[in-house]
Amino acid sequence: MDAFLVALLNGLVYGLLVFMVSAGLTLVFGMMGVLNFAHASFYMLGAYAAFLSGRYIGFWGGLIVATLAVGLVGLFSERLLLRKVRSFGHTQELLLTYGLFFVLEELVKLLFGPTPVAYRVPDELRFTAFTIGNSQFPFFRLLMGATALLMFFGTYAALRFTRIGLIVRAAVERPQMVSALGHNVPIVFSGLFAVGSALAGLAGAVAGMYYPTSPAMAHELGSIVFVVVVIGGLGSLNGALAASLLIGVMTSFAVGVESTFGDLFRALGLGGLALPGLEAVQFSSIAGVLPYALMLLVLLWRPAGFAGNRA
Amino acid sequence: MTAALEIAGLSVAYGGAVQALSGATLTVPEDGFVVLLGANGAGKSTMLKAISGLLPFENGAVTAGSVRFFGEDIAGIPSHRLARKGMLHVREGRCVFPNMSVEDNLSTATFALDGRTPRKTRGFDDIYAYFPQLAARRGTAAGYLSGGEQQMLAIGRALVGDPRLLLVDEASLGLAPLIAREIFDILGRINQDRRLAILVVEQNVALALRHAAYGYILENGVISLEGKAETLMDREAISSRYLGGGHAAVAAH
Repeated sequence: MDAFLVALLNGLVYGLLVFMVSAGLTLVFGMMGVLNFAHASFYMLGAYAAFLSGRYIGFWGGLIVATLAVGLVGLFSERLLLRKVRSFGHTQELLLTYGLFFVLEELVKLLFGPTPVAYRVPDELRFTAFTIGNSQFPFFRLLMGATALLMFFGTYAALRFTRIGLIVRAAVERPQMVSALGHNVPIVFSGLFAVGSALAGLAGAVAGMYYPTSPAMAHELGSIVFVVVVIGGLGSLNGALAASLLIGVMTSFAVGVESTFGDLFRALGLGGLALPGLEAVQFSSIAGVLPYALMLLVLLWRPAGFAGNRA
Repeated sequence: MTAALEIAGLSVAYGGAVQALSGATLTVPEDGFVVLLGANGAGKSTMLKAISGLLPFENGAVTAGSVRFFGEDIAGIPSHRLARKGMLHVREGRCVFPNMSVEDNLSTATFALDGRTPRKTRGFDDIYAYFPQLAARRGTAAGYLSGGEQQMLAIGRALVGDPRLLLVDEASLGLAPLIAREIFDILGRINQDRRLAILVVEQNVALALRHAAYGYILENGVISLEGKAETLMDREAISSRYLGGGHAAVAAH
């Protein structure tokens, strides 16, 4: 029972981390339709920005600086790069951001080296929140989850209840019409892209402390966040949250299963199958594939995603 | 008296090659109700987009001529700034925001008031007065409205922006005859009540000329005929001509 609870909690926290990064991508890819392959790179930049600035202005200051700095990087990427290729279509966007992904990764390797930097949870936050059985649940994991939930409610409320949110929702549906109603659509889109990037930066600043801050950060989440946005339904924040939590919990439980495929075959009465290679494979080792398998199933059965309303 | 809109020798090309409009000249008086008639592909929508600054979205550009809005040359001014000057464009196909409520759709136009009148955020009773049907459905997502209601919403939304010139593209396209007439009745009332200049693009000649004061006929990118609505109405030739009846009928006159 304890093990179950621990796995569940770990899954939820990992899911919330994935959500933090996906939230920005929901705005950028889900709503604006920009295939930003470099979104997870912004997440990585957030961790490094917080690592650098945090040494001088402390942990909380570092979070703020990282958020703003990555927001600015996003703003410049949109205005100086993406905008130029926008009219040529998605292929160019994808190629451009794919290139940006590698450029940012190499840049970080050049400046900070290929191995993780010592971005650590500050001592005053290094305590146990509660214990389940004999495993301790660190307070910092709670803080990560809380940040993610704050991000969800903040973004949701901004889109739902503010006048800017109204314009963003309208601009996403019909950009030309919004322009004809007196809104500067290019600025709305730049702003949206900057906010999406800033959210990724904040996610990196928080998560980089707990998980290693290394140039590989972007790789680790780069594709999974696209999976989340697709499964959740393009442009749906609720959908992205649901998909993130599902993927987090699913992965967390799968990792904990020590049975092998051989056990499954025997349980099904198929012990006679002589597949020695497969029989030795543990379920835990396929945990990483599960999100992608889930995406395939969702695309087959419900192409619009959990909460997608796009026709 | 300055006109609400003065177009002189306007030419438009798409992609630098396809000529959609050549040397068109047209005037909308300050409180005029003018209709622009023509067949599919004659260049009517192009003319409206050239006026309201929407051409760049479709890779089109003005190659010659001028557009004056209450005397001011508006060449090169982007569409969102024109909207804030009081030029509101109801685009073809209505273009309501389908996933947003009627009330939210109306709210999106309040930014067009920036710099002119204090913004209002809620309560569009003056708009609902023209469209009682919308008042009853203000919480409904616009995507669930009928075609006629969507057109009413699109016009109402433009009115929220307090226009000095209202451009309506294909006011009655795809609507039942009764609804189409209702839309034109309302446009006529708006023109009278608010002394608002209106330019409507339309294919239904009879309906449009019954309501508008003045009409222009556009053929293959060229204004081929203009005149007071009564005068145009008398010329039966128009209808056969603009419907693609060929020039034989015209030559017979």
